Amino acid sequence: MDEAMKKQLRKMAVNVRKGILTGTFHAKSGHPGGSLSVADLLVYLYECRIHVNPANPEDPERDRLVLSKGHTAPALYAVLAEEDFFDKSELEKLRHIGAMLQGHPCIQTPGIDMSSGSLGQGISAACGMALAAKLDRKNYHVYTILGDGEIQEGQVWEAAMFAAHYKLDNLTAIIDNNGLQIDGKITEVCSPEPIDEKFRAFGWHVIVVEDAHDFDQLEQAFTEADRITGKPVAIIQKSIKGKGVSFMENQVSWHGAAPNAEQYAQAMQELETALAELEGSSCLR
Amino acid sequence: MSEVKEIKKKATRESYGEALTELAEKYPDLVVLDADLAAATKTGIFKKAYPERFFDCGIAEENMMGVAAGLAASGKIPFASTFAMFAAGRAYEIVRNSIGYPHLNVKIGATHAGISVGEDGATHQCNEDIALMRTIPGMTVIVPCDDVEAKAAVAAAIQYQGPVYMRFGRLAVPVLNDPETYQFQWGKGVTLRDGNDLTIIATGLMVAEAVQAADSLREQGISARVINIHTIKPLDEEIVLKAAQETGKLLTVEEHSVIGGLGSAVAECVSENCPVPVVRIGVNDEFGYSGPAVDLLKEFGLSAENIINTAKKMLNQ
Repeated sequence: MDEAMKKQLRKMAVNVRKGILTGTFHAKSGHPGGSLSVADLLVYLYECRIHVNPANPEDPERDRLVLSKGHTAPALYAVLAEEDFFDKSELEKLRHIGAMLQGHPCIQTPGIDMSSGSLGQGISAACGMALAAKLDRKNYHVYTILGDGEIQEGQVWEAAMFAAHYKLDNLTAIIDNNGLQIDGKITEVCSPEPIDEKFRAFGWHVIVVEDAHDFDQLEQAFTEADRITGKPVAIIQKSIKGKGVSFMENQVSWHGAAPNAEQYAQAMQELETALAELEGSSCLR
Repeated sequence: MSEVKEIKKKATRESYGEALTELAEKYPDLVVLDADLAAATKTGIFKKAYPERFFDCGIAEENMMGVAAGLAASGKIPFASTFAMFAAGRAYEIVRNSIGYPHLNVKIGATHAGISVGEDGATHQCNEDIALMRTIPGMTVIVPCDDVEAKAAVAAAIQYQGPVYMRFGRLAVPVLNDPETYQFQWGKGVTLRDGNDLTIIATGLMVAEAVQAADSLREQGISARVINIHTIKPLDEEIVLKAAQETGKLLTVEEHSVIGGLGSAVAECVSENCPVPVVRIGVNDEFGYSGPAVDLLKEFGLSAENIINTAKKMLNQ
């Protein structure tokens, strides 16, 4: 990936992070931690992989994304707003009565392919979409994003078995491996590890991304995924919960809590600084 | 209808499997899912005829409902099939959140409903499915009474956009309706006997018992109206309220818990609009047990005899 493209993605990711904080701040609730850990992934997918048209969000030929870890909807909403599926002002009305943007994704929102949020369910719907593409001989690809805590749900493994059995190579599941869930570390709550070996044993091709916030690594992983035929692909991305906001990083307390006014101001300040650095310097990390 | 006993019998699960197969050519988007019960739910008939449109999900009903949702979101008309216990029970939350909330065009074919599962006993006798499905906003709930109505319901469900729960039985039941003349009207009750003293409102396999009871009551000088409610949700409130106004007493009969099913739906309707006494025959607040289906139905009072006795009590006779 060239530097200009990377810079563009990084700027967009900072804006998406601002959107996540704005949304959860105005909602006085929501899930900033996990939203921040998938922000880069969603930016990469919508800029580099997913073919969708905001003017025709229900195009039958479009690629699909099911946010199985639906509580991180603020990240998806911020990306969809960047992509012009709806106006950015909607983010300030997140979770308010009568708002377009619900607490968890709703299929009626432009750009949202499936209602989700009750954990473990999105991956099954994604399997159904991928199967439909096979039946209709269509070329669209289906992406689904799961949390590493989410895979404790038994339904995920029912779906994993199904996807491999029906050779759904048009399905890519990304597991956001930030290592934290509401009650603590995933390894201490009820460990789903080893995640890679589990998916491999279920018949998936597994790719591990060591730094989910490095666009080169994401590009490499999805390029490898493109070449896989005959089986679904699981990309396990090692991410940082709360990524991009200093006091939220790796803090489980930010799983499901909104920033107050002071915290919001500090977070936005940090992101503005990051944006200024990106604007001002070609010397990127 | 007095020759009910002599006419042929057929299980509505059989009708389900046949209807899917008969309609497959006309509706190329129709696909069938099952969870390792194709031989029992009779989707095996479809599987044999259209193997490329049949998908066994294994013993994994939650995923099956989610896959059905994804297929529907991509333009397919999936029929997700398993026993009522697993369709409405085990997979309830997936049906609610992945099918009901996004109002997807998934058809759920739930067989082996009610006490008439028989020998398998309580773990498989689902007497709660109508109650569970009825509470999901936008879910249509259909309980056909015989072969003809079951096939017509499947055809009607394909033409309807939105989630539909269809309840079928394991036990062979009398074929009441004439396939030549029968027309399934979505959400409309069917008056099978007219009468003024009370109205028996029945659904599913209890419709045949209700007709038999009404004919017997007539011989004893009691004029009982019989209404078949095949669509429990949305309920045909008009026909129920008319019966309440004209006959003053309602007796509901269903092979389902008295909590939350047809009896509850009828009671909810009349208590708000035209309060009249409603007596509910169904499975009381208890689990079933093993035994031959026909004997179990009698044990649980799901019989013409119990309908007759209850009707007489309601009329102080």
